[in-house]
Amino acid sequence: MDLIFSNAVNALFDPMTAAYAIAAIGIALHFGFTGLLNFGQASFMAVGAYGFAIATISFHLPFWGAVAVSVGLSVLLAFLLGIPTLRLRSDYLAIVTIAASEMLRYAVSTTSAQPLTGGPQGLNNYSTEFYGLNPIPVGTYGFWNFTYSEREVFIRIVSWSLVIVFAIVLAILVRSPWGRVIKGIREDEDAVRSLGKNVYAYKMQSLVVGGLLGTIAGILFVIPRSVQPGNYGTQLTFFLWTMLLLGGASTVIGSVVGAMIFWGLLSLSDDLLRAGVDNGVITFLTNDQVGTIRFIIVGLGLMLLVIFRPQGIFGNKKELQFNG
Amino acid sequence: MLHSPMRAKRLIIKLLSSLVMIFAVFASANAASAATPEPVDPSKIFTISGTMSDCGKGIAGVNFHIVGPGLDVISTTDKTGRWEATAPQTTKYDTDRFTVEIDVNTLPKGRKLFIDNTKRTIVFNHVNSASATFKLAEIKCAGTTGGNGTTAENPGLNALFNGINLGLMLAMAAIGLSLIYGTTGLSNFAHGEMVTVGALTLWTFNKVLLWDLIPSALLAIAIVTLFGWAQDAFIWKPLRKRKIGLTQMMIVSIGLSMVVRYFLQMIYGGNTKVLTQGSTWQVLGVRIPAVNIICSGISILVLIAFTLFLTRTRIGKATRAVSDNPALAASTGIDVEKIIRVVWVVSAMLTGISGVFIGLYMQAAWDTGFSIILLVFAAVTLGGLGTSSGAAIGAMIIGLIVELSTLIIPSDLKFAAALAVLIIILLVRPQGVMGRRQRIG
Repeated sequence: MDLIFSNAVNALFDPMTAAYAIAAIGIALHFGFTGLLNFGQASFMAVGAYGFAIATISFHLPFWGAVAVSVGLSVLLAFLLGIPTLRLRSDYLAIVTIAASEMLRYAVSTTSAQPLTGGPQGLNNYSTEFYGLNPIPVGTYGFWNFTYSEREVFIRIVSWSLVIVFAIVLAILVRSPWGRVIKGIREDEDAVRSLGKNVYAYKMQSLVVGGLLGTIAGILFVIPRSVQPGNYGTQLTFFLWTMLLLGGASTVIGSVVGAMIFWGLLSLSDDLLRAGVDNGVITFLTNDQVGTIRFIIVGLGLMLLVIFRPQGIFGNKKELQFNG
Repeated sequence: MLHSPMRAKRLIIKLLSSLVMIFAVFASANAASAATPEPVDPSKIFTISGTMSDCGKGIAGVNFHIVGPGLDVISTTDKTGRWEATAPQTTKYDTDRFTVEIDVNTLPKGRKLFIDNTKRTIVFNHVNSASATFKLAEIKCAGTTGGNGTTAENPGLNALFNGINLGLMLAMAAIGLSLIYGTTGLSNFAHGEMVTVGALTLWTFNKVLLWDLIPSALLAIAIVTLFGWAQDAFIWKPLRKRKIGLTQMMIVSIGLSMVVRYFLQMIYGGNTKVLTQGSTWQVLGVRIPAVNIICSGISILVLIAFTLFLTRTRIGKATRAVSDNPALAASTGIDVEKIIRVVWVVSAMLTGISGVFIGLYMQAAWDTGFSIILLVFAAVTLGGLGTSSGAAIGAMIIGLIVELSTLIIPSDLKFAAALAVLIIILLVRPQGVMGRRQRIG
């Protein structure tokens, strides 16, 4: 029981949770503040992960060089997605972004790209230089079930600091004049256009900035693990959307808290179900099937949230207009 | 969107009961899968598997060495070319790595790997099964059948036949999606799951209960039709009554798609169910499975019948009226809700037929529908959102692109090719092939 509880607490502060939170902040900017239906955040994360890993492994770039490559590719992707669709109705962006992210996944997992992307098996061994930046002396830190190596402490500090930085940046952005314009676009595009604003340019800027957050999240996500093409399927995007809607799409703090609640609850439900199966309390499920239950919970949660509390935990109902 | 808590509570109950109801439809399937010859072994949690094949035929006797935390085994492929290893219960989802190494000395004489890399690293990412893919360097296949069952004697003609076949099957699913979009404005991401339900119920009846193909297929289509009716009755109609926005509905459909898909995975497991049927026919020097040709023929008949339904019958005309302008249609005395219900049932039936055929064409798995749903969306968008003829034409184009692209690019990229074409067409002609300008707003 202790272990189940501490697993859930661990999940709250896991670097993976931080990466998801940053990517969710990106869609908060897209959807919550600008009204863009980006269903392809997975592709931005994939660009971060693959851009960083390939630049490090195949082109031997230094850490910051590899980050710069990912960022550049991310801006390029945002333009590629935005140019054909931002003038069209919002569901076109949804279809194009989801199509593009699946396309990217096919492209990186094809066996013919294996020398570069590793094909279906993915990539690893690219984080040495990141951990070389680690100032924390070798050892284990923490107490009870919460002990971490110096690397684990470092990645936690870096990723959660970035979460705080990006949350503050977004809070400042949406309160700025620029933020008022994009919120105006969310509410009534034509009204903003009639004020002489270039709606298309503002949408594009929002797409680029939110996508960048996804890319940085993608880099953070893969530093402590390997790059696996299967991770960048549409379920990644939909997980992010669930987190976002859980916290509140048009709030800054919502994406962060949403990500923490999401992973905390999933870890808890997973462990409880597994414990139930192991102790013979739950007999109608096998451990095999428990693995799929988390997805059913997420799906059901997403449905109920959107129907009964579309503004999320922290949101203001007036603020969030699902339109389009 | 004002409502009393009472009504909200009632809606929750309705929603949950509807899900239970939908799941009840699968009760038979559940019972059936429990009767499969292989009993579920509770200690088998994480499986790593793969298939070695050559021109669609499994290669037996290839050794794989699988090493990881608590695991060090050698697995040999069986007659179908499949190998499998089970990782211990203690395996951690994210962090534990397994390596799979192929013993190239056990490959058939003279054959080499496509890429000279004998090792694969595997991590279980939130799922219980993982696969390692090894591909052989291609040589000319000699008239053997398997996989899609076609030969490489004339790759161009072969791809053309496959493309027409796939296009016709996608057309029925696309028309279903497009009709629902046209009348209710819903971009239904759960549409693919109807295809999956069709394919998997067909497998249940045909391969588990061992019924004949035709009654199995008819019953599978009936179940999908019922599923469509139940979806509208218990989920979408209450949501329309609540005046929930279209974007919200779209996200609800994403949630529903996850619920149904993983529920199906829970029942049927993660592996592919083989639905291949008997003989092949020789057409213009290309050997094609007879069942594919028959499916194409039936698809054409179904499409003709559907066109007649839309243009000749009262209900069909009313459907077109509702899809054009619901408010105006209502003012002429058409019962819009009734028409929407008819649309859901007809769409589900078309999609069920498509699901059965797709199962026969590319086998059935828990994510069959999900793997093609983007192609269906691409078809509908290509044709112009909300028009039936457009959806059919879009589907034919997508089907042909998917299969013909394999002549130029690696076949594991064929779906990507179709999506690329979708994006390019949106750049050039956003309203689609048959669409009207005002729809794109």
